Amino acid sequence: MTAFNTILLIPVLPLAAFLLIALVGRRYFPRYSGIFGSLVLLVTFAIALQEAYSYFFETEKIAGSYQSFVCCRLNWLEFSPGFSIDMGLLIDANSMLMCVIVTFISLLVHIYSLGYMKGDPRVATYYSFLGLFTFSMLGLVLSCNIFQMYIFWELVGVSSFLLIGYYYTKDSAVAAAKKAFIVTRFADLGFLLGILILSYYTKTFDFQTLIGRAGDSSFMGSLAAQSFMGVSVLTWGLVLVFAGGAGKSAMFPLHIWLPDAMEGPTPVSALIHAATMVVAGVYLVLRLFPVFVFGSPAALHLVAGVGVFTALFAACIACTQTDIKRVLAYSTISQIGFMMFSLGVSGYGSEAGLGYTASMFHLFTHAIFKALLFLGAGAVIHYIHSNEMGDMGGLRKHMPITHMSFLLACLAISGIPPFAGFFSKEEILLAAWHYSPLVYGLALLTSGITAFYMFRLYYSIFWNKSRDNQSAHGQAEHHGEAPVSMLIPLVLLALLSAVAGFIPFGHLISSDGKVLESEFHVGFSVAPVLIAIGGIVFATILYKKENLKPQTITASLKGLYTSAYRKFYIDEIYLFITRKIIFQLVGRPAAWFDKTVVDGSVNGLASLTAAVSERIKGLQSGKLQDYALYFLSAVAGCILLFYYLWI
Amino acid sequence: MSISTLIFYILAAVIVGGGLMAVTERKIFRSAVYLLFSLVGIAGLYFYLNYEFLAAVQIVVYVGGIVVLIIFSIFLTAESGQDMKGPGLIRLIFSSLACVIAFSLVYWLLSHHGFTGRNNPAVEASTRNIGRQMLSTSDFGYILPFEVVSILLLAAMIGCIVIALKLRTKT
Amino acid sequence: MTEPGLIHVLVISTALFFIGIYGFLTRRNMISMLMSVELILNSVNLNFIAFNKYLYADRLDGVFFIVFNIAIAAAEAAVAIAIIINLYRKHRSIDIEQADSLKY
Repeated sequence: MTAFNTILLIPVLPLAAFLLIALVGRRYFPRYSGIFGSLVLLVTFAIALQEAYSYFFETEKIAGSYQSFVCCRLNWLEFSPGFSIDMGLLIDANSMLMCVIVTFISLLVHIYSLGYMKGDPRVATYYSFLGLFTFSMLGLVLSCNIFQMYIFWELVGVSSFLLIGYYYTKDSAVAAAKKAFIVTRFADLGFLLGILILSYYTKTFDFQTLIGRAGDSSFMGSLAAQSFMGVSVLTWGLVLVFAGGAGKSAMFPLHIWLPDAMEGPTPVSALIHAATMVVAGVYLVLRLFPVFVFGSPAALHLVAGVGVFTALFAACIACTQTDIKRVLAYSTISQIGFMMFSLGVSGYGSEAGLGYTASMFHLFTHAIFKALLFLGAGAVIHYIHSNEMGDMGGLRKHMPITHMSFLLACLAISGIPPFAGFFSKEEILLAAWHYSPLVYGLALLTSGITAFYMFRLYYSIFWNKSRDNQSAHGQAEHHGEAPVSMLIPLVLLALLSAVAGFIPFGHLISSDGKVLESEFHVGFSVAPVLIAIGGIVFATILYKKENLKPQTITASLKGLYTSAYRKFYIDEIYLFITRKIIFQLVGRPAAWFDKTVVDGSVNGLASLTAAVSERIKGLQSGKLQDYALYFLSAVAGCILLFYYLWI
Repeated sequence: MSISTLIFYILAAVIVGGGLMAVTERKIFRSAVYLLFSLVGIAGLYFYLNYEFLAAVQIVVYVGGIVVLIIFSIFLTAESGQDMKGPGLIRLIFSSLACVIAFSLVYWLLSHHGFTGRNNPAVEASTRNIGRQMLSTSDFGYILPFEVVSILLLAAMIGCIVIALKLRTKT
Repeated sequence: MTEPGLIHVLVISTALFFIGIYGFLTRRNMISMLMSVELILNSVNLNFIAFNKYLYADRLDGVFFIVFNIAIAAAEAAVAIAIIINLYRKHRSIDIEQADSLKY
């Protein structure tokens, strides 16, 4: 498929932008680097759109399903014939769609940042990091084998680290960057082990080969026979790979880094920590989905369990947070939980594969409305200069466009028809219903809570307090709307989140590549819509006007509220484990051993050498005749020795 | 005992005696003169062994060149008059022991080793023969070492000048 | 007293060699150390000449070696005296015991 070779440009262009801005732009055109980066991204997006169009609508389907092929393949590391790590671009429906999403959101964030980051002295650095991130993310979604994916996976982690710590003079930002890096690194250890186990037993890194072998039942049967601690090796490998994905996608219990990652600039949060990078874990499971289904249903059950628990858990925390970006962060965790368990409950094949399609659909819609939410929150923060709900309220008249787009996004995420989130969530719930009533119930509850906390956020920002009495603030006098460069992305995303749900997603993405006609049961959607409206109404009662009801409810649920506000003490548990157990029980003895035994032996050797040399340095008197005498004695000694030995 | 044998022993006595006095004499100038005796004795030994050319070179270079150079430097360092300081007792004992033992060792080796040579007809070590072979480019010619040594001498000359050059100091 | 032969010359050469060594080890004045070195070189020359004369009379290689040796000795003496004079300028002394800045 040589026609698709231009696809190579998609990851390469942002890389070029990164290199150019980082090496040249920072010094010579710092003020124009933003425009430059945006233009490059515009071109990239255009290419991605064109390629995706030609893939979906112009390339012929084989046996009713979209083709999947690799272009620009480069044999990189060959371990043995047929077992090598390649570099290449895997083109299939998932990767093409992800390319479009990533370049689109990245483009909007680039444009948005023109306004948001205006006046920042390091804006060129910022844009170079954005370029690096976009490159890594595109490389990740286009990876043709699991090891290449791992490389880009780490690159994505690095750029995320750089961007979280962008305000490096702030201690909290530095701490958050370190936390994000360490937690995801820790999870990536699992990923790496998983890759090694998988590739060792299946003898391949390549996704296509791996999936091909997954369909081969005799091969799978031989693998299932090998087990470790009562669980088959394949399950071990997949669970470890999922651990890596869970780290990146902030699944419980590795979710702790994501809320703190909100220390980065808000557009970055929109791009990395809402729309693209955090769904990498979902994408990873999606890629290996046939292996999960055929190789290890147990691992898939785990995915479902972790996903649904995380969704509910994060939604509960989101209800209590007061920092608007943190609310959005927990909401993101919750929505990714939806995608995960949607994959977990899915099967392979036409009807059973509904969850697969739904997951990708939700990923798509979520990218749009969550980016919109973050960018809207960014506009608010830009205006208010605070992240706290308490400082906001009554902004609807000051920022009408932001207000409308934010409202649209809230409706979309709550699942109100006909907005985007409704359709994707509907499919997820349908898939969950086929799987088990318990999962369905939990998911339904979570979507109700979602509607509640989103509208709590919405009302707290735009309604609640009246802002007119704060005219002394000065800013309230004039129009508070953000600059045009920030409004364009908002409006675009708002339009998309209104209509994206009507895309017939089953035609594009399905587990086996064949067209999946999603049935639409009106009767089934009654319950989710009702519960969402219930959540909204509840939030309206509590938060639309400034009143005391929230406090009374908080007081009556004191214990529960406090623990949710404290994020169920997960951070404290981690601190306890690391400080008290690892540092005390492992770190201290290791440090003692290092200091006394290892250092001691080395120092002992050094001081022994020093002592000996102190004794014998008198031989080096600097006097020529002493040396001559030693020399002569040595020669005489040698002569005597040879003579004695030979004769 | 023939005259030539006698001459040989006299030369040997001059060489060894001159050498001994040269290394034990307290006054440095006298020491240089004893060295001169020893070197002249060696030149005499060359004569005795029928190497007239070598004897001439020995006298010209050593006696006329090196010893004169040494005497100059003695005057330059202005220590010609006084007695030199002797070595420490320990060093004296160790050095003489080492030398005596090593000498006896070598003597013992010499007297136990039977040297075998070739009985081919001797070549006359005339200046003519030496000159021809020295500048010959054929087999056993010494033209290459000759050139190398000339370069060495040039280098030594430049080196001496550079080393002994009085550097212009800032003061 | 026997007829002089190879051994006799070699013994003279050996004696001269160790006399030179003794001087080199015991003298504290650098110029007299240089004189000892000259003695050592001459003893080597004697060795060459003796072997050439008594064992390989058909060749002249020993002679050449001596000629080159003398040339090198002249160069060596010149360089050594240059160094000594330089040292004397610096330290106002040519006592080898005082020139020990090369120690540990």
